[in-house]
Amino acid sequence: MSAETAIKFVTETPESEIDRVKEWINSEEYKEKNFARTALVVNPAHACQPLGAQMVATGFEGALPFVHGSQGCASYFRSTFSRHYREPAAATCDAMTEDGAVFGGQNNLFEGLANAYALYKPKMIPVYTTCMPEVIGDDLTAFIKNAKLQGHLPEEVPTPYANTPSFNGTHIHGYDAMLLSILQTLTEGKSVEGKCTGKLNIIPGFDGNVGNLREYKRICELMGIPYTMLADVSDVFDSGCDGEYKLYPGGTKLEDAAESINGKATISFQKYATVNTMKWIESEYTGEKAVLPMPFGIKKTDELLLKLSALFDKPIPEVLKKERALAVDAMTDAHQYLHGRKFAVAGDPDYLIGIVSFLLEMGARPWHVLCSRATKKFQKEMDALLASSPFGEGCTCYINKDLWHMRSLLVTDPVDGIIGDTHAKWAARDAGIPLFRIGFPIIDRVNLHRTPVIGYNGAISMLTMIANKFLEIKDETCEDQWFEMMR
Amino acid sequence: MAERKPIKGVTKEKTEKLIAETLAEMPAKAAKKRAPHLGANEPSASPCAVKSNKKVVPGVMSQRGCAYAGAKGVVWGPIRDMVHVSHGPIGCGVYSWGTRRNLMQGIPGVTSFPMDFTSDFQERDIVYGGDKKLETLLREADELFPLNKGMSILSECPVGLIGDDINAVAKKMEIELDKLVVPCNCEGFRGVSQSLGHHISNDSIRDHIIGKYQYREEPGPYDVALIGDYNIGGDVWAAKPILEEIGLNVKSVWTGDGEVEKIGATHAVKLNLIHCYRSMNYMCKVMEEKWGIPWLEYNFFGPTKIEESLRAIAERFDDKIKKNVEKVIKKYRKEMDEVIAEYKPRLDGKTAMLFVGGLRPRHTIGAYEDLGIQITGAGYEFAHQDDYDRTAPEMAKGTLIYDDVSEFELEKFVEEFKPDLVGSGIKEKYVFQKAGIPFRQMHSWDYSGPYHGYEGFKIFARDIDMAINSPTWGLVKSPF
Repeated sequence: MSAETAIKFVTETPESEIDRVKEWINSEEYKEKNFARTALVVNPAHACQPLGAQMVATGFEGALPFVHGSQGCASYFRSTFSRHYREPAAATCDAMTEDGAVFGGQNNLFEGLANAYALYKPKMIPVYTTCMPEVIGDDLTAFIKNAKLQGHLPEEVPTPYANTPSFNGTHIHGYDAMLLSILQTLTEGKSVEGKCTGKLNIIPGFDGNVGNLREYKRICELMGIPYTMLADVSDVFDSGCDGEYKLYPGGTKLEDAAESINGKATISFQKYATVNTMKWIESEYTGEKAVLPMPFGIKKTDELLLKLSALFDKPIPEVLKKERALAVDAMTDAHQYLHGRKFAVAGDPDYLIGIVSFLLEMGARPWHVLCSRATKKFQKEMDALLASSPFGEGCTCYINKDLWHMRSLLVTDPVDGIIGDTHAKWAARDAGIPLFRIGFPIIDRVNLHRTPVIGYNGAISMLTMIANKFLEIKDETCEDQWFEMMR
Repeated sequence: MAERKPIKGVTKEKTEKLIAETLAEMPAKAAKKRAPHLGANEPSASPCAVKSNKKVVPGVMSQRGCAYAGAKGVVWGPIRDMVHVSHGPIGCGVYSWGTRRNLMQGIPGVTSFPMDFTSDFQERDIVYGGDKKLETLLREADELFPLNKGMSILSECPVGLIGDDINAVAKKMEIELDKLVVPCNCEGFRGVSQSLGHHISNDSIRDHIIGKYQYREEPGPYDVALIGDYNIGGDVWAAKPILEEIGLNVKSVWTGDGEVEKIGATHAVKLNLIHCYRSMNYMCKVMEEKWGIPWLEYNFFGPTKIEESLRAIAERFDDKIKKNVEKVIKKYRKEMDEVIAEYKPRLDGKTAMLFVGGLRPRHTIGAYEDLGIQITGAGYEFAHQDDYDRTAPEMAKGTLIYDDVSEFELEKFVEEFKPDLVGSGIKEKYVFQKAGIPFRQMHSWDYSGPYHGYEGFKIFARDIDMAINSPTWGLVKSPF
């Protein structure tokens, strides 16, 4: 066969064929094929470990996140945070290239640490890895030790590091690894027998909602509980515009983080994002430890306040009791707009537990719950949560499925709305249902990360967002005779 | 071309002093590495004295991406009818999904695929290799997305490191599936920036796509292809109609809103019109050598450059096209004059500094100048010498030229030059906005656009005016 005859004509797909496939991808048959795939992942709702590590690294005062690995990864993480928060996301990188892949990244690290320290004068340089140095097996313990021995970085600059291979776990595991490493580094030698700072350590977890972080702090302030929020990105990723760019606009003070080991209590709000950190804290920290669910809705917020009250022997203040009553009032006022409505929910495990709990409280049905990477343990917990309410009946939790699976679910077994991050907008559009943006990243709407979705206030904002959207849809789509003043 | 008039307050001495002061704050080794990348512009110097395409200095905040980003985000991602597989761990595919705003027609998931297809590598794939998984994946993708016209396999870092052979898998699967399966060895650690990713992608287009198809229609004298337009914010949709209005047939677009088979038949056109010289000049050269297709650079940002480009294009054709070009220029001149009359009074005399990817620092200068804005500094993330050689004449004497500028340096430069606008990317945007300096994202048009062509200039003018003259900037300084 000559080269000439091998040339094909440009083809046009007939309209009829396009129509056929368009219908077919909404069919049960397609869903079965879709769920049968074993290798292909389409539109996942999770990212890689170093992204989570960077969030933690950003959350400490004067800390400069440092990516040991390729330049491109660092740029992707920074862009992702900047798009979500609409804020600067400083991080530096030692820009490994081919020679790094061959000879290892030690020289890059040496030079990178020296330059980063000289230029950006950080108080701490948390280091975390990308795929490349993980595959070639760079030994960061040795590298960092050598860097300090050889004078590339002053000995006293804390340089916690975390191995965060992207081919393992997700961003929440990177969060866990980096937080553990930073706490281990900063608290070393700080534990004092019998000493108690009287403070609560709050670990928010991988939470892109700075409003949530501030809500935790506000609750503590209202209860008169002194606290240290660990990896506090609320001011770093939500700083004001006053005409001056600050490289380090906030974060947990390093002294406070160091002292956290002598705290009165430590609470993590993301069980799945802090597994190893909490295991270590359990054995090393003084005081009580607790892993609470994210306080979505009324009951889980109650649980938090009762816990805080018990731990610190403080009464729950009137103002919070009133907030609870207001939230419940809002929920009873608006229950009819959510009752029995079916939802699909996609996101990180801890977020899912919280959102599902809220939906069940409202009498809504979390019909399809999907986590694109999770453990059986999570599925069990979710199944138990769904089983705890009559509104969970018939609802299904899917783990290790992606948003293309979700699409199949939505078109074959429809629901009224989907809750998730921006990535879910394609599935929502195909299913013709609204997407309620909760989670990370949200890159197509403004300011949602500033409104808390946890606590009593968060319950009101979620409810407002969801109920009013349904009412809007009714107004936009109803026939004239059903268009009325009252809704 | 006439040299730019000097800009008030901008002199070679002042610029050189600023560069020296900035470098003095860096460690000696880093300063030595960075020095050749910064300079005061000498419009007539050839080659431009600023060095480029070198490694990022470790530890400085560079804005560069990687070869994968260049391959996925720029070259392959915009081809709408292919399934593009990010082969490797989860991150690269997710971060590059829909974030470069290359818009496309078609029905998502049916005839177009603006999605994230990935093999989501796990530890076992690193240990045992991912070739088998890739085969299965391609079969699954083809079954679930049957109207795809082909698939690309974009390898991420670990794939190259563990020595997987995506080329062999592609070859096998191309036969099995009877459609294009194109490997692209664009691991992020290769090269020093996105630029190598473009080059590697071009290689795979050369080896696997171009020349494999032919158009059904008979070739005509006015057949052209648009090379290096990625349809950011709909740019292609604003540029293509102009070319059609002057009587040319745009047979394929590389690669914005592109169709792979039409790309594969491009070797039949009469002229290649190249927009992003940096990412695609190599393919023009290949087509010139192999098929004798001439090529021409064009710039559709702002009426001055559009007119210049249209006339240059007309020179390659007959009187019919020349006449059409003059007609089109006349037709739109009125509209453009109206746009300028509306916005120029508010923008005249303002200055801007630019730092973008591969072509915009020089290409958009004309559009800014049409609005009365002067450019006091420009530079590229991943350009090469020939890009800088094309930039120097477009800039006034003594203005700042900076290659792969770090955030540290750019902040110093902006502080000193005090431009009324910075035009750069998402990572820099909020840094400058916090400092109270208006900003436009010149990589992706800040969720706006198009900026190309006559339609685009209207939007560009509105956006630049909106950025610079927003009353919100007046609120930054608190009265107390």
